Amino acid sequence: MQREGSAFSGLGVVMLKELSDHLTSVRMRVLEWLVVLVALAALYGAIQQIKDTTAEDPFLFLRLFTTSRDPLPSFVSFLSFLVPLMAIGLGFDAVNGEHNRRTLSRILSQPIYRDALLFGKFLAGLVTLSISLITLWLLVIGLGLLMIGIPPGAEEIARSFVFLLVTIVYAGVWLALALLFSVVFRSAATAALVTLGLWLLVTFIWPVLAGALAQIFVPPDPRYMALGLQTPGTVELEQILARFSPSTLYAEVVVALLDPTTRSLGPIYLSQLQGAVLGAPLPLGESVLIAWPQMVGMIATAILLFVIGYVIFQRQEVRA
Amino acid sequence: MSADAVIEATGLTKVYGATPAVDHISFSVGRGEIFGLLGPNGAGKTTTILMMLGLTEISEGEVRVLGFNPAREPLSVKRRVGYLPDTVGFYDNLTAADNLRYTARLIGFRSVEREKRIAAALEQVGLGEFADKRVGTFSRGMRQRLGLAEILMKGAQIAILDEPTSGLDPHATAELLGIIRGFKTEGVSVLLSSHLLERVQSVCDRVALFSSGRIALMGSVADLGREVLGGGYVVDIEADGVGLAERLALIPGVSGVEKTGIGKLRLHADRDVRPEAAAEVVAMQGRLKFLGVQEPSLEAIYTRYFEARSEEGTLERARHAA
Repeated sequence: MQREGSAFSGLGVVMLKELSDHLTSVRMRVLEWLVVLVALAALYGAIQQIKDTTAEDPFLFLRLFTTSRDPLPSFVSFLSFLVPLMAIGLGFDAVNGEHNRRTLSRILSQPIYRDALLFGKFLAGLVTLSISLITLWLLVIGLGLLMIGIPPGAEEIARSFVFLLVTIVYAGVWLALALLFSVVFRSAATAALVTLGLWLLVTFIWPVLAGALAQIFVPPDPRYMALGLQTPGTVELEQILARFSPSTLYAEVVVALLDPTTRSLGPIYLSQLQGAVLGAPLPLGESVLIAWPQMVGMIATAILLFVIGYVIFQRQEVRA
Repeated sequence: MSADAVIEATGLTKVYGATPAVDHISFSVGRGEIFGLLGPNGAGKTTTILMMLGLTEISEGEVRVLGFNPAREPLSVKRRVGYLPDTVGFYDNLTAADNLRYTARLIGFRSVEREKRIAAALEQVGLGEFADKRVGTFSRGMRQRLGLAEILMKGAQIAILDEPTSGLDPHATAELLGIIRGFKTEGVSVLLSSHLLERVQSVCDRVALFSSGRIALMGSVADLGREVLGGGYVVDIEADGVGLAERLALIPGVSGVEKTGIGKLRLHADRDVRPEAAAEVVAMQGRLKFLGVQEPSLEAIYTRYFEARSEEGTLERARHAA
């Protein structure tokens, strides 16, 4: 039986309220400063490095994002740390916070569905993250222009724009996860810790584990080892396992987008290299195509996590 | 049941796992009536309320709120019903008016109407001057009043109040009950739940006494008193006059006269004999200082009822044991 009315009535109201809460919160202020300062540091390092080393590079501008100078990591690797932290910081107390303030049952007794509340919160978080990431992106481009003095080409702008979109999607994955745990755990501290724990596991421990597991299930072939090569089966399994982590997916997309010479994200066989001009850049469309499965994977992960949270929230008791 | 019922529950049941929290209860609330769901904590009052609002699934039975089925038409129900949850919460970082503005937007009021309604509602609960103060600074009583303001602002036809007076000091309780009486004069039906029997007995037209998921007793306080306490009115008189006790005992309907102090008498009667008693005192040219009838107390009704039940239970168990 169809339920009465629209699931989205009240969605805009919830979203605007949450958005204004986010933008005025101390938490957001701290996160923004953290992101901006860290990005500036990374950018500074990158520009020094570029000035020192690069002679001619058709994609000089994209180097801004990926070049690192010891001891600082590159802008992109900074971002891959900070985006999940920001998203988790915005989402970990979304639903259990309402529970603990005892506002949930009062809000849900208004003529809206639970859908509007949860989706409104997700959208507000995503918009907040988008605003900060777009600001950051413009900041980097502007500073890059000033400090390098060479205007970026259309291709470079397009590539970095797609990179921005992918970063927002990546933020959405972690936001959805934080929202899910904020539904599952009644205590905000528990939700924050579990989400952060999972982030650590998926980002730092899983890639190592994936390698170990691959070696267990597909032991390396001694013949390849004798030649100093990796066994294809092992490498493939390792990659499949590693790709369960959204961090891996994000890293792969970033490589494909910001390094136009990337031709594949997996192992390449010699037969595939026949006729290829090594080191020649691919057009943007081809690069996007290479990373397309990863992008779809990230979007699907975000949707899946949100839906799980949604289903649990629908079935949850509202009483405190 | 009455055609004028705004809430009608029949065989309403909620089962958590295998244990029923609410067990086949039926009741109806009339238009403009203040109906009390009373009983100890965990007796199923809040669950009943959540089922009426469509906020929790109904395991069995049916409830109609203003003719709507809350499980199927929750928005229609929630648009017309105001709910004050047990220990209501507001966004502490927002002002009282902003909190109400958020709710008003969720309901969908336009901006001009919204401001008018909010100002009027805050004024009505005595929070007019606190409209632009952060709720974080509010006392418990003020929060409860803000909750009532939200219901007023909504223009609800039914107000459902869950434990509205719990945790309030006597002064705040009196204020709150005053506002709740005000609902009645505006034609709003009120359903309130409480475990504090004596506080709410004064405002309720009818009550339902809950006990472990069932309605044990239902009716007006006076009716329940007669039913459970064995009927009879107790009239206290303070007057002087020689032979007053003997004269009063002759009033038809009086079954006994008892001396409770110097010049103080207590009459036991099967009806309200205050008019006759007053006439007697005046006829004897005595001075009447006090005349009052004891309302049956819900506390007494409740205690007596469950004492009787547990005695039956004990006998039953004893019989089984034997």
